[in-house]
Amino acid sequence: MPLMAQTIEEALAPIRDGIMLAVPREVAGVPMEATRALIRRGVRDLHLVTLPTSSLQADLLIGAGCVAVLETSAVSLGEFGAAPRFTAALTAATIRIKDATCPALHAAFQAAEKGVPFMPLRGIIGSDILAHRPDWHVIGNPFGTDDPIVVVPAIRPDVVLIHAPMADRAGNVWVGRQRELITMAHASARTVVTVEKIIDSDLLDDPVHAAGTLPGFYVDAVVVAANGCWPLGLPDYYEADLAHLEEYARLAATATGFARYLDEYVHTSRGVSTAGATSSEDARELLE
Amino acid sequence: MTDAENREQAFRFFEGAVLTRSRADPLAVRDEELLADVITRVIGDVRHIAVGNASPIPAAAALLARERGHGMPYVSLLQSRKHNFFTDGGRELFDCAGQGRIDVFFLSGGEIDGAGNINLVGVGDYEKPRVRFPGSFGSAYLYYVVPKVVLFRTEHSRRTLVERISFISAPGASAPNVYRPGGPIALVTNRCLFGFDRERRRFRLESVHPGHSVAEIAEHTGFDYDCPKIVPVTPSPDGETLKLLRQVVAPQLAEVYPQFSAAVFGVHGHGGA
Repeated sequence: MPLMAQTIEEALAPIRDGIMLAVPREVAGVPMEATRALIRRGVRDLHLVTLPTSSLQADLLIGAGCVAVLETSAVSLGEFGAAPRFTAALTAATIRIKDATCPALHAAFQAAEKGVPFMPLRGIIGSDILAHRPDWHVIGNPFGTDDPIVVVPAIRPDVVLIHAPMADRAGNVWVGRQRELITMAHASARTVVTVEKIIDSDLLDDPVHAAGTLPGFYVDAVVVAANGCWPLGLPDYYEADLAHLEEYARLAATATGFARYLDEYVHTSRGVSTAGATSSEDARELLE
Repeated sequence: MTDAENREQAFRFFEGAVLTRSRADPLAVRDEELLADVITRVIGDVRHIAVGNASPIPAAAALLARERGHGMPYVSLLQSRKHNFFTDGGRELFDCAGQGRIDVFFLSGGEIDGAGNINLVGVGDYEKPRVRFPGSFGSAYLYYVVPKVVLFRTEHSRRTLVERISFISAPGASAPNVYRPGGPIALVTNRCLFGFDRERRRFRLESVHPGHSVAEIAEHTGFDYDCPKIVPVTPSPDGETLKLLRQVVAPQLAEVYPQFSAAVFGVHGHGGA
């Protein structure tokens, strides 16, 4: 049974320096409270894999010096422009980048999920991405004639870190329609989950909820972080804090501004993990 | 905004760059409205249009097509909760395209060359680029498998439309033995519409937007293209189209692109900043 952690720090203990850490895309429910806790703890040398893209989360981790290798299809702040710390780190070559393309990362996680060493995928041939990925290969379709096809190796992360609307007391986690979170957990050696709330009923009892549930079998630790995606949104529950994201884009444009951002919003714990009654109520309404 | 210059310096990439602020004059056609109308025409009659990240004008075009077609084609906005029927996570878009069930997609590039190759990675040395873009997203797959890819770039300049790109995120064409049902059909910019000839791997100037000229296109385009003797002016959207865009499409768009919808249409979505 998963550890039902009392503090976020306890839940994040498996995320040690130098591991391969996988995180979900920017709209799938991003564990931002946990991300800030990792930065406060000073985690280093992560091999960060985004499935398949990222926004604020990757930019913060890179800017705070937590990342050694980044494997991604793209990092950007969307409507708020380029991700400034990502851009700065790459133009200064302070982190190593493994460029990918979205479906290749999905396929690599699905390979790990199936326990097979690689997955074939159309496209990519003739892209310079391939030229910079010595770990990706072109093989001949064994069932065809003169049909080259790319194969990408399985990605089996050390830890996957996700956020979800709710878990039950057995550590089953309801992810709803964000089904790539289930694939990520299947692919990973360990899975750490922050949730808006813990509910008393059994998520696996009801077929409607069970279909969108990651069984506790795949989960190592669960901890409550209410409003845990802030300032990003949690789909179907709460929206992104646009004013804050705009402030981030403005401050993070320079190294000194970014340091000020960290001081103000990361190193001083905002204590959002214990409050958030409103969003818990919303979660209950949606569950019922 | 105080950060406007910073963003411009950082080589503006986001394709929602506001071209025209919301105007008091209801008869004036905004640049975004013209471009959405052009894209809707280029797309033609299809079953399923998908729109990826950071593409508010293509998203407006897709939603406009759906309004004109009274609910058809299907429109999937990748980052939307509402305008998106996917239930199998982020991978479903790509699987759907691989199955041949997506007819139209939109791609852009920090650089685009005359053979339709696009660069979403960076300029200069790959290991230590002079300019770094966000990354290739799904381009290195979708460009191959989606039959009608519309290239879209709101900065038409010699910096963006270049003779030779630094990094090919996805090529405009492939060798005959490479599986490739998809590829570019057009390039829409803030100045003009190019068509793409897949056989000859070249762009052809189809029309020039109102207020722009053939000579100006030549001046600001870094690659060679075919230019017919007579190039028509891009038709402006009619009153019915403008009404649909402003009254029906803009509020839908605000869910995914609140900043854009507020700035261009004066329409506010959730918690509008």
